[in-house]
Amino acid sequence: MIRLEAVRKTFIAGETRIHALNGVNLEIERGEFVAIMGQSGSGKSTLMNIIGLLDRPDEGAYLLSGQNVAGLSEHARARLRGTAFGFVFQSYSLLPRMSALEQVELPLIYQGVRDRRRRAAEALVRVGLAERIGHKPTQLSGGEQQRVAIARSLVVDPLVVLADEPTGALDTATGREVMTLLSDLVDQHGMTIILVTHEPEVAAFAHRTVRMRDGNIVEDTGARTTSTMASQ
Amino acid sequence: MSVLDALRIAVRAIIANRLRSLLTLLGLVIGVSSVIALIAVGQGTQQGVSDQIRGLGTDLIFVEPSAAATTQQGGGSALITTTLTQADAQAIAANGNPAISAVTSHITGDTQAIAGANNVGAESVFTFSNYAEVRDLEVSSGSFIAPSHDNAGSLVAVLGARVAETLYPGVDPIGQEVRLSFLAGRVVFGFTVIGVLQEVGGAADADDQVFVPLTGLANRFRFLYTPSGDLRVTQINVQTTPGANTEEVKQQVSDLLLFRHNRTDPDFTIESQDDLLDAASEVANTLSILLGSIAGISLLVGGIGVMNIMLVSVTERTREIGIRRAVGATATDIVNQFVTEALALSVFGGVLGILIGVAASLLVDGSSVGDQEITTVIQAWSIAAAFGVSAGIGLLSGLYPAWRATVIDPIAALRNE
Repeated sequence: MIRLEAVRKTFIAGETRIHALNGVNLEIERGEFVAIMGQSGSGKSTLMNIIGLLDRPDEGAYLLSGQNVAGLSEHARARLRGTAFGFVFQSYSLLPRMSALEQVELPLIYQGVRDRRRRAAEALVRVGLAERIGHKPTQLSGGEQQRVAIARSLVVDPLVVLADEPTGALDTATGREVMTLLSDLVDQHGMTIILVTHEPEVAAFAHRTVRMRDGNIVEDTGARTTSTMASQ
Repeated sequence: MSVLDALRIAVRAIIANRLRSLLTLLGLVIGVSSVIALIAVGQGTQQGVSDQIRGLGTDLIFVEPSAAATTQQGGGSALITTTLTQADAQAIAANGNPAISAVTSHITGDTQAIAGANNVGAESVFTFSNYAEVRDLEVSSGSFIAPSHDNAGSLVAVLGARVAETLYPGVDPIGQEVRLSFLAGRVVFGFTVIGVLQEVGGAADADDQVFVPLTGLANRFRFLYTPSGDLRVTQINVQTTPGANTEEVKQQVSDLLLFRHNRTDPDFTIESQDDLLDAASEVANTLSILLGSIAGISLLVGGIGVMNIMLVSVTERTREIGIRRAVGATATDIVNQFVTEALALSVFGGVLGILIGVAASLLVDGSSVGDQEITTVIQAWSIAAAFGVSAGIGLLSGLYPAWRATVIDPIAALRNE
């Protein structure tokens, strides 16, 4: 479903050129739960931004469901980003002053979807926040805020949920709850999740680990093996 | 994203920053309301002056001694140096011109009118019995100066409506004595009141004037006669017949006076009512433009305020923009959001400004500053222009910040905590 071929991305910081991605090849199938690991500066966030169409590669091909999206216009990428991907960030990334329901409705507004309210409420029920629909971020715990963010990523029925350090701001117990929720989405609903983390305990929830260093993939525990196992 | 959704997001953002939105609105409200109110004052002034000139009568031509003639003779008051006489006025009337229906002449002077314990500053008009006819004045009680008063040089007076009210509250003025004080009180003469004029209303002069036979005054002030025994006057009023060619009559009167004064260059000026109207409108228009420009500048400043706030708002909401883009907002969606917000602010400010501007215009109407009454005439075009400009400024001042919002890198924006 996701196929990266010789993807390069270079940042220029002052006079030095940083090769964030140095010719990366990666293939991810539907239903996989992949953890991308690496130290900061290894290129794992850049990889996620490119997969999520937040950034575009300098070189190489990016095939999403067979379509090369590396050359799409900014407008088309924004539209595709809204329908194909759901994002979960370390810092929850919720808008202040909005109720949980409104947060989850937000992606649907930009897609012009009609029964937003119902779909947003369903997504909140799915993450176990049926009782917290009208609460604003300040009235929710960190774990609850992250669940709202997960509901917001699910509401568009994305191809892939991209989670960037989703437990980074949470205590261990709450982090485990959030990871269990993500695992359930993969195991019970066939969701595809790509997780970026530097914590091995978090990565352990995933079925496949891709380790990065200096813009290269240095280890890949193997495509499809886990998802095949999961389907058995 | 639908327009309704964009509007809802905009209104939420405006309400979320209540104080800031209010201050921004204030600039626009002041701008729009001052444009409307100041133009209303300018137009009111214009209408007031026009009414005043029209109130002088109809189809009038005014002959006055020219400024050049008076200064050539060594300054002094127009009264001493005027070269116009009652004989000139009679000659114009006697000319048999079918375009001229009546001619009168007069001298005016600032006087204090006194009756018992009451007194009022009033302009005195020293004139002849046909003045009322030429100036379209009617008495409400008693009678105007009669030809017999002209001939006898009677010391009688006809009072303007407001003068009568002030001097004789609740008393019938007819037959009472009114004293007029000249030259800052150095000379005081008594006159018998024979009539009170109907109220003219508005900004007309006649309500505040006192009318006395010129021949009566001349019996007391012998210098009002020229050495050859003519009565000096400071203004001759020529009434033309309806439909007469005013310019032609002006020329004929001018020719006659030049002949009588034995001059080639005029020692007098001739102006028709239309000439005065034109000159007055020009002055009032300049005033309107001046007031409008000042108000326009304040509107512009208000608009810059909106832009400023929108720029701050974009900077402050970098993270929000990042989140919205991550969940699928296109650059156009973001532009729409900020432009809608700026438009909503400025349209609301515009509407509020119209309400306050109209209210202020109505409130000021009829009040007076010093002895000057302010009239306001609210102009539909000024409302439309002020609103249009504020909405336009809103749109423009939303565009730049909105563009700034779209060039924000969503990745950097999301990292912005």
